[in-house]
Amino acid sequence: MALKYTKETIDHFTKPHNLGTLENANAEATEGSPACGDMVNYTLQINPETLIIEDIKFRSYGCASNIATASIATDLVKGKHIDEVKMMGSSEAATKLGGLPPIKMHCSVLAINGIKAAIREFEKKIGRIEDEERVLTEKALINVLKDIMHPKHGINIIDNGNVSRIKIEGQNVYIVIELEPDEEIFAPNIREEIMEHLEAMKCSHEIMVKTEPKSGQFI
Amino acid sequence: MSEDQIIYFDNGDTTRIDDEVLDHMMQFYKTSYGNPVSLHALGIEADDNIISARETIAGFINAEAEEVIFTSGATESNNMAINGIAGYYKKKGKHILISSIEHSSVKEVAHRLKTDGFEVEEVKVDKQGFLDIEDLKSKIRETTILVSVIYGNFEIGTIQDIKEIGKICKDKGVFFHTDAAQVFGKMKIDVKDENIDLMTFNAHKNHGPKGIGALYIKKGVKLKKLIDGGAHEFGLRSGTENLPAIMGFALASEIAYRDLEKNTAHLIKVRDQLANGLLEIDHVFYNGAHGDNLDKRLPHNVDITFQYIEGEAILMHLSLRNICVSSGSACSSKTLEPSHVLTAIGLVHEQAHGSIRFTISKYTTEQEVDTVIKNMKEVVEILRSMSSFVPEEHSELINKDAKTFYKK
Repeated sequence: MALKYTKETIDHFTKPHNLGTLENANAEATEGSPACGDMVNYTLQINPETLIIEDIKFRSYGCASNIATASIATDLVKGKHIDEVKMMGSSEAATKLGGLPPIKMHCSVLAINGIKAAIREFEKKIGRIEDEERVLTEKALINVLKDIMHPKHGINIIDNGNVSRIKIEGQNVYIVIELEPDEEIFAPNIREEIMEHLEAMKCSHEIMVKTEPKSGQFI
Repeated sequence: MSEDQIIYFDNGDTTRIDDEVLDHMMQFYKTSYGNPVSLHALGIEADDNIISARETIAGFINAEAEEVIFTSGATESNNMAINGIAGYYKKKGKHILISSIEHSSVKEVAHRLKTDGFEVEEVKVDKQGFLDIEDLKSKIRETTILVSVIYGNFEIGTIQDIKEIGKICKDKGVFFHTDAAQVFGKMKIDVKDENIDLMTFNAHKNHGPKGIGALYIKKGVKLKKLIDGGAHEFGLRSGTENLPAIMGFALASEIAYRDLEKNTAHLIKVRDQLANGLLEIDHVFYNGAHGDNLDKRLPHNVDITFQYIEGEAILMHLSLRNICVSSGSACSSKTLEPSHVLTAIGLVHEQAHGSIRFTISKYTTEQEVDTVIKNMKEVVEILRSMSSFVPEEHSELINKDAKTFYKK
């Protein structure tokens, strides 16, 4: 399964746009971690009056598509109002690159979410939004799971029909993921991705993710 | 991309077939197309050819011809050995030991047996990947039926003391399987002297064809058969034998063992030139057997971690420069998990992500090594200059226009 990147992806990987660190940034975020093997840092200059992103730079520790999605994401948001950026879908970076291999779709999520995280911090700082509630609702949980890309199909695990059950019981969160036999190799990755995304929400819940084989169902 | 422009340093994965081997195979494709189980003249001819190939290959590991079963490759051989032993001897016991650095075709198969009520444990290795002999001894119990330890590791190149491990298993009355895919054709192997009961090996790591391998099964050791049908391969593995591939396997093995001394000397020289050149780069380290243990490292393997950058990005940069390597990084794996071999020798995830494996062949030249070292230095500099993960104390690795971010 060789990785086939588009020409646009290779171009952004070898000649990234907006690389580096803004000295006069008023918004910043780092998404991902070294342990996961992908980490993007953004520094932004947002006009406090117009709320337009006037400048943005990134630095990346990650694979080719991590670098390329971060690069194109900076192009996508530069000159835009932050409200417009907040509405962007998490696969827009991939789309703009002419598509990514399914196993790399999570890079697009990371690239877009990193910028959104910086905007959120900025909005809190200027008092535009309040501190988020720490209560985990079922709706919020589904939204988080919609950011987990299935490595084989490149679409999120909710739309791909892998989440068979979720339950929030006080401090305990149960998530059951069903996988086809040819998807089982991704079980550890999907579990880790879910844990990582939920931990990033800084909620204090006890999270239990169980993966089960799909079998014996006629359509 | 023309073939001679490519620098292929992924020979631990697979190799280019020798012209001589391919030509040899072609004649069997064209004329000797009979099925060795058929009773007519063409069947007999095919059978005679397979018998002679089996004898040739068995001879290189000091086995009898009937002890060698042809399979589709090392993955099938590993599946056959582990599932076969487990299936046949489960009444004797349901405990299996493997090392923590096995190939996925041993690791996955063994762990899958847990669903059939087997207990599967992994034996520890040290920081250079050598099996912890004391841990092995302490883990063997009454119900243990099989120990599987990889001969030479596909990723970090560490060669185990197979004879010693085999002896421990023999003394305790436990079957011993070893995956020798990286070792066959590169080192002398003697299954009798080294106390091996089952051994996996194949053709395509030694400039032979893909899709053909073998399992050595010591006389008297029984396996549950996994494929039913026309009773080929002594009834153990049905399916018409791939005669041209078997003939190619035999010839590739003959060439490998004929030139063994010459090739080994060349590989070691080039390997060490490559490793020494790469180790000059700041913040890198050698994975697997090295230093005083360099003589216990596969002659064709160099595995190095380049800190603060990620392996898939290194691999892609090199690929764009027509250099082919592999990586233990999660982002370059099919499962998005970092190499379990690297984590087993104690690397944290970010160290595994920065690992690159360079595996050379008898065709590798010193010039190619120089080109790879030069390109590797450039790629490391490019990626470190954009990395968001360089600890402050190493900020000299970052370009002047950039600041450091990562704080522990």
